[in-house]
Parts: sequence; structure tokens; C-alpha cells
Amino acid sequence: MTTPAEAVPEVRKDGSQHKQKQMIADHFSRLARAPRTGDKCVYTFVPGNLTELLLSFDLLPVLPEINALQSGMRGKSREYISLAEKQGHSEDVCTYVKCDLGMMKSGNVGPTGEKIPDPDLLLLSYTGCFTFMKWFEILRQEYGAPVAMLHVPYQGDGEITAAMRDYVVEQLRRNVIPALERVSGKSYDEDRLSELLARSARAEDDLVWVLESAKNRPSPIDAYFGGVYYIGPIFTAFRGTDEAIDYYRELRAEVEQRLADGRGPLAPDGEIEERFRLVVEGPPNWTSFREFWRMFADEGAVVVASSYTKVGGVYDTGFRHDPARPLESLADYCMGCYTNLNLPRRVELLSRYVVDYGADGLLVNSVKSCNSFSAGQLMILREVENRTGAPGGFIESDLVDPRYFAASNIKNRLESYLQMIDQKRQAGGTA
Amino acid sequence: MKYTVGIDLGSTTTKAVVLGDGGEILGRGITNSRSNYAVACEVALVEALIAARFGLVERAMAGLEADESIRRAWLEQLQEGLRLGQYRAQLDSLGAVLAREARGSGLEAGVREIMDALGAEAPQLYGPGTARQSDFFRDLSGSRYRHFASIAASGAPGLFDPLVGLFDKSILEVENSPAAGEFSSLVRAALAGLDGVPGALRGAVEEAAAVPLELAVSVGTGYGRATLPFPKEQIRSEILCHGLGAHAMFPRTRTVLDIGGQDTKAIQVDPQGIVTSFQMNDRCAAGCGRYLGYIADEMNLGLHELGPLAQQATRTVRINSTCTVFAGAELRERLSLGERREDILAGLHRAVVLRAMALLARSGGVADEFTFTGGVAKNPAAVEALRQLTAENYDGPTLNISPDSIYTGALGAALFARRDWQRSLN
Repeated sequence: MTTPAEAVPEVRKDGSQHKQKQMIADHFSRLARAPRTGDKCVYTFVPGNLTELLLSFDLLPVLPEINALQSGMRGKSREYISLAEKQGHSEDVCTYVKCDLGMMKSGNVGPTGEKIPDPDLLLLSYTGCFTFMKWFEILRQEYGAPVAMLHVPYQGDGEITAAMRDYVVEQLRRNVIPALERVSGKSYDEDRLSELLARSARAEDDLVWVLESAKNRPSPIDAYFGGVYYIGPIFTAFRGTDEAIDYYRELRAEVEQRLADGRGPLAPDGEIEERFRLVVEGPPNWTSFREFWRMFADEGAVVVASSYTKVGGVYDTGFRHDPARPLESLADYCMGCYTNLNLPRRVELLSRYVVDYGADGLLVNSVKSCNSFSAGQLMILREVENRTGAPGGFIESDLVDPRYFAASNIKNRLESYLQMIDQKRQAGGTA
Repeated sequence: MKYTVGIDLGSTTTKAVVLGDGGEILGRGITNSRSNYAVACEVALVEALIAARFGLVERAMAGLEADESIRRAWLEQLQEGLRLGQYRAQLDSLGAVLAREARGSGLEAGVREIMDALGAEAPQLYGPGTARQSDFFRDLSGSRYRHFASIAASGAPGLFDPLVGLFDKSILEVENSPAAGEFSSLVRAALAGLDGVPGALRGAVEEAAAVPLELAVSVGTGYGRATLPFPKEQIRSEILCHGLGAHAMFPRTRTVLDIGGQDTKAIQVDPQGIVTSFQMNDRCAAGCGRYLGYIADEMNLGLHELGPLAQQATRTVRINSTCTVFAGAELRERLSLGERREDILAGLHRAVVLRAMALLARSGGVADEFTFTGGVAKNPAAVEALRQLTAENYDGPTLNISPDSIYTGALGAALFARRDWQRSLN
């Protein structure tokens, strides 16, 4: 039993984190009210999400990956995964999928304790992750909801061609927009879409400024653990809204102040005193998120750039949603998401992060049940090492299956990796 | 003399290496890891310091006018005498705990009989050239206790299990108590037990015992390093320690493979012994030392018997299971199909090494020279399988295995301690 003296210390959060949490909670409440208000819901995925397009039809987005990670953070995923496995889904299946299915079978109660409505449409715009397709096949069967599919061409040759862009735009016009019109009962309004996209671009400017603030020493932010809070609104239901503009403006002001004060990022147990600067590839573990972050924070390891904060859109290479080219820029956005980049492009991006952010090295958190993200990670690690000369590290965990978070093993590897960096620094070429 | 020490708390054994102020190895000590990590560290350190003192005795004896063979014989007698003294002191502790635990159980007479027998046979266990089953008190006294318990219970078979149960309970308290033993008193007692010791030897012993040994810096590493009685800044990852230790043993080392009780580590080091890349087994300890321990149990063999038996194989049976428990099932299946034990064992050793090869590949491959450390490096069949597979896949790099490979991590930790000490002096 926990005595008052042993009570877990209160989690410390920035103002922006509270605001972000409230925004997400409000969205779930809006979803819960949908059956009464008559709002229609569209289930879709984070990478390649078409939030502005949905909002232009007054449709509410529901993101199953976000529901799954929220369930993981709230200690519900074990039970949901177990339920999905009882129904025959293998141990090797993506744990986001199983968590989502388990949640659905348990009444589809979301993280705020309110029921998430059934989908009126499944919008399958998948980028780089082919599991998405199977996931929505199952949901189509379970809910009997229609599917609108957007095939996003993979950047196999490392570039977006005009033909690829036309292909996506054509699908938007012929398949996706008509499906949204049917569900919403409203006509496509390109002017409204452009207004939303203009707001997206403003929020994206501030997000990029925040992410790039990590180039300072000490970094005022943690771009992985802290980063998942920062990307929350723009990766979910808020891109294109005034709320997102406000949030990112406030976040930027908060980080500017932190920078001016010379302060490091705020972790749940307090401010981190920066000793190591890392670039991280791979999603975080959600079931032991705080414990995972603490392992880094205790060692003074700050993540200055991460690929995970780019899965819902890569903005720091210059891309912005463009109100002058609404459907074309949505196509470019979808094709430019991190998971849709080929391995050489990922290597280039990560190598650039290591150099531009003055990182000590690249650390890979390989996720056991995510084949699309984990494939090629060892090659990426070696190649980034070769190009930058910065040492790589490798740890393994999982998204939301708590059985695959082996704390002592992960801590051991992380500490070994950081000590390796320290040893190289101290040696400076001489032992 | 100032010394630095490295302590490696492994899942099976705890090792200590003591370096002199010139960086030379003064002594090594080893004990079984136990539930009280602090005591395990202390025992390993005491053992290493005793070895260090004997090193000083040997140095002092070098000036004596006597043949080297005679000097060695004296030294060996002295060492064995000291070990006997330690063993007896621990038997006394064990006897006291057993007597307390046995009170009112009806086992008092049996315990007394066993302890008397243990005390009486002790001198036969220690002496020049004596081969002991183990140098760990728990193992040695436990094996002899069970032997005498079976004699004590020969007329009443129901007594055997309660007697052994008493030992199992009592040994925990004995081995988790701080180590008794200070070199000068132990060695003087050992000297007293020797006949015809020349005065010059006594002088050399006194000279060595009088050298002040003062701890400068200690560094801990290993599986249990977070619980080691050291401040955080004096703890190093076993990856770094194994890399540096292997470099110290074989300076041309570029790749290190360490297969311990529950971890397999593949490490790449630069010409200075600095780790540049590493991989460890994750989520599963199949292919580690415990795998072989499990197989030994399944086959009712001693761990040390596995390798030599596998070397008698005429063919290698393919073992596909990567899970320790499934490999046990596959083993039984193969036996039932009439496969020879030797051939199955050869396949199991190859399976262990194949897992290590996968880790090596992930860490960056095998570069020349290649150093193999850890308990499994003592297994000749595992070494042979490793030699074959590295020859097939990596142009046959030079394979180094030190007889002291079990101390690799502790040596690396001691070298880190020495660097920390030197840095503090500057």
C-alpha cells in the first residue's frame, strides 16, 4: 500500500500541455455528443489525414491510433489486446489494431470515459503502413460502414512526381469528396477548404519554430516525449482550426520564454539538465511512457529531433498546406509523411537532424509489433552512423502491449549507450 | 600502496579485480552472486585482496635464497592453509546457525554428527594439489553436507530431507553475513599450521602483510550494478567494461562476444578499447549460459560435461528451436527418435552460437581480432562452433580466449576506476 510519504510526486506539466489535454478532451466530448447533435463521424488515420477536408464538410475525425495510444497511457490496453487475441488476432498483429478492436468490443468507450460513436465513413488514406488497409477491412465488417479509399503512392524513388500528385488529386475528386458529400449531405466547398488550409499553414509555422528551437543549447524542448504533446493537436482533429493557431502561438511563446531563461525541457519529474542530445527514430512506448521518459531524463538525455513527430506530416523541410492549391497540397502532404518516405530519404532526414541539431547520436526504439516502422531500422542506424560519425544505439519495446516493455533491459541498453557516448567524448581519440 | 578495484556483479558470479598503483593486476577474486549484493561484492573484494597479498608475498619471496620450485611449494601450502582457515571459520558460523535452527526439531544429534564429520574431513579438502569440486563455500559445504546427511540418515531415511532443508535455510544466513577474514590474521594462522617454515618465509609474509593497501577508487559493473554499493558516478555499463577489459587482455581486439548467464553481448571496439557499437539479446535469454544449464539438467549432466560430450559427436543434429524450453522439448524428441546424445549436444551448441552470430551481425559483424569472453567461452564445443561459423562468415578472424576471461568485465571496471583516480589526481 502506498503511504502518503511514498505517494507518487505530482506530474509537472507546462501550460501548453494542460491546454492540449483540454482540447483533446473537448474533442472526445464532441464525439460523444454526436448521436444527439447529428454530427457525422469519419474514422481515419494520422499519417495522411485529411482533417481540413473533413472539417470543410463539418465532419468529425476519429483516429483509432490515437484512441489506442490513449488506452495504452491509461492502462487499458492490456485488457483490450487480450480481448482481441481471444477473438483470434495473433500475438504478432499490430498492437494498435488489437487495442482498438478490444476497445470496440468493450463498448468503444474513449479515454474520457464517454462512448465514441460508430463511424459513418471509414476514410482509408494510408501512407506507408499496409496494416491500415487490413485494419479498416475489419472495421468495415464490424461496423458495416462504407469505406472511401485514397491510395497514396509510396515515394519509392524518393520524390513526388507530377503524375503521383495528379493521381492522388484525381482520387480525391472522384472517390473521396463524393463519399464525404454523401455522408455529410453537403456539397464540396473549395473556398472553405482553402480557408482551413490557410489556418493550417499558420499553425505549422509555429510548430516548426518550436521543433527547431531544439537546435539551441540547452534545448528548451524534448522533441520526442515532449514532442508527442506538441504534435497532438496538429496530428489529430485540429489542423485548420483557430484553436490550433492559438495553441501553437501559446506553445511558441512558452518555448520562447524557456529559451530566454536558458531552461531545459520540463519532464514529468522536473526540468532536465541536458547532458546528452539525441535523435530518436521510432514511436515511443505508451504503456510505460512516464517511466520511459524518466530513464532519459535521469541521465540528462534530451531528444532534440525525432522521426515520430513527423509521421503526421513533415513540415520542417519546407512543406506547408497551401490554400492556393488545396487538393494538390493535400496530396503533397499525404505523400510527404515520414512513413511514406523511402529508406534513403529517411536516412538523409535523420542524418541531417544529427548534424543540424548537434546530436550525440541516433537512438532507435524498435517496435516489436510495427513492421512498417521497424523495417530497415538497423540499416538506417548504420548508415546514419557512417554519414555522421555519431554512434547509434538500439532499444526495443512496443506501442501499447505492456508485455513487451522490459524496463530493466531497456534501461540497461540506454545507460550503456549513453555511457558509450560519454566515453567517446572523454577519450577524444585517446583512451 | 594505492589500489583501484573493479567489481562485476553478474547473475551467477561476482568478480573483483584489484590493480596496483602502476596499473598491474594485483589480484582477482570471485564468489557466487547471492541475494545480498553488498556481501557478494565484499566477499569478491576480500578474495581479490587476499590474492593481491599473495602476489606481494611472492614478490617478497623472490629475494629469498631458495629454488623456485621450493618457493612455489611454500606459497601453495600457505595459500591452501589460508583457505582451510577460511573454510573452518565458515563451518563454525554454519554450525552455530544450524544448531539454533535445529533446536527442538529432533535433528540436533544429526546436525552435530554431520558438522563433526565436516570439520574432521576439512584438512583433506585443502592441501597442495587438491582438486575441489568448487571454491564457493555454499557449493563445497553443501555437497559434503548432503554426503554426510545421507550417512546420518542411513538408519532413518525420513531424516535426510529435513536435514538438507535445515542446511538450505541456514546457508542463506551464513553466506549473506559479512565476510570474515583479514589477511594478516588468516595468514599467520596458516603459517602456524605449517611445519618447518624457514624464518625467511615468515619475514616475507610479514613484509607483504605490512604493505598498506589503500583503496583509491572502485567501479562497479554487471547485471546487478544498480544495486551495487557504489555511488552512481562509480558505476559503468558492463558493455563498456567488457570492451575495455577485452582490449586490455588482447589489445588488437575489435570485436568482443560475451556470453554470460542471461545476457549475450556483441560489442565492437576501436583501437583504444572504446565501444563503438553493441547489441544485446532482448526479450529472451535463449542462447545464453542458462540455456546450457537447462540442457545439462534435462540430460542429467554437469554443465562442464556438456562441451566435451558434444565434441564426441559424429554429426550435428539440427536444432531449430530458439526458445530454451522448446529446445528442451526438441531434445527429448530427438532422443526418443534414437539420435545420439553427443550429436544432439553438438546441434545445441551450434544453436547457441548461431544466436550469438545474429547479434554479432547486428552489431556490425566480426572484425579481426575477435575476443570471446564469459562463462560459455570455457565450453570447448561452443568455442569450436564459434570458430567454424566465424570462419565461414568472416574470413576466419583470430579468436582470442583468455583463461581469465570470466574477469573481463571486472578488469574493465578496474581500468575505469584507475582512469577516474588518475583524473582526480590531475
